[in-house]
Amino acid sequence: MSLRAPLARALYHGSAHDGVSHWLIQRVTASALAVLSIWLLVALLSLPGSDYATVTAWIAAGWNPVWLALTVLIASWHSWLGIEVVIEDYVHRFLPKTIALLASSFVHLLLAASGVYAVLRIALRSAA
Amino acid sequence: MAERPLSPHITVYRWAYTMTLSILHRVSGVALAVTLLGFVLWLVSASLGAEAYAAVLPRVMSVPGKLLAALAVTALIYHLCNGLRHLAWDMGWGFERADARRSAVVVVAVTLICAAVCVYLMFRPGAGAA
Repeated sequence: MSLRAPLARALYHGSAHDGVSHWLIQRVTASALAVLSIWLLVALLSLPGSDYATVTAWIAAGWNPVWLALTVLIASWHSWLGIEVVIEDYVHRFLPKTIALLASSFVHLLLAASGVYAVLRIALRSAA
Repeated sequence: MAERPLSPHITVYRWAYTMTLSILHRVSGVALAVTLLGFVLWLVSASLGAEAYAAVLPRVMSVPGKLLAALAVTALIYHLCNGLRHLAWDMGWGFERADARRSAVVVVAVTLICAAVCVYLMFRPGAGAA
């Protein structure tokens, strides 16, 4: 039995029933990023230089493209969820909130896609 | 929406330093979203070829660029340490007030030490990676 009035449902008041998966995905991506971000930090700090040849050689070396693509993908996902919560906490009016949430979604999807594409492009170019 | 009952506003609580860590987690998270944007731009510039990368690199290696990178690394280490603290809480560990205050001190100490080491490695003479 639902105690929610039909009008409240129509107005999107009450639970959307996907809060647990939002919470859980934030934790799962956080656990993955705890490992990946340490790897990235150590790898970047131990690069011998920041010139084009050194950087692209590192990006393409061994399994680095896989870890880099995963880092960009999972970081985008985690950031998407986090920024969503921040917007929902501070922007209350419908239109600005909707615009901000949509903009954040599109920017995060664009970051994930272009980051993975950039890594693949560098890796495949050096493999060819 | 505004007519709904609201939980007590945060200003009625006496300040405790754990609150500062809590809001810093959010601030560093937003900063890391911006960092991700910069990191992806850096990757994309490298994927576009040597000329595009050469055009971006001086900005990254400039003094403001390095300062931003140092801030980003500090935000990352803080968000990582405090995030592990949150994950421990989610499993029911360390949620007592005394434990939470002790872990707060550990998080700040570890962040300061690790960030200092990283920033030194970034700025040390002859450092290439930033």
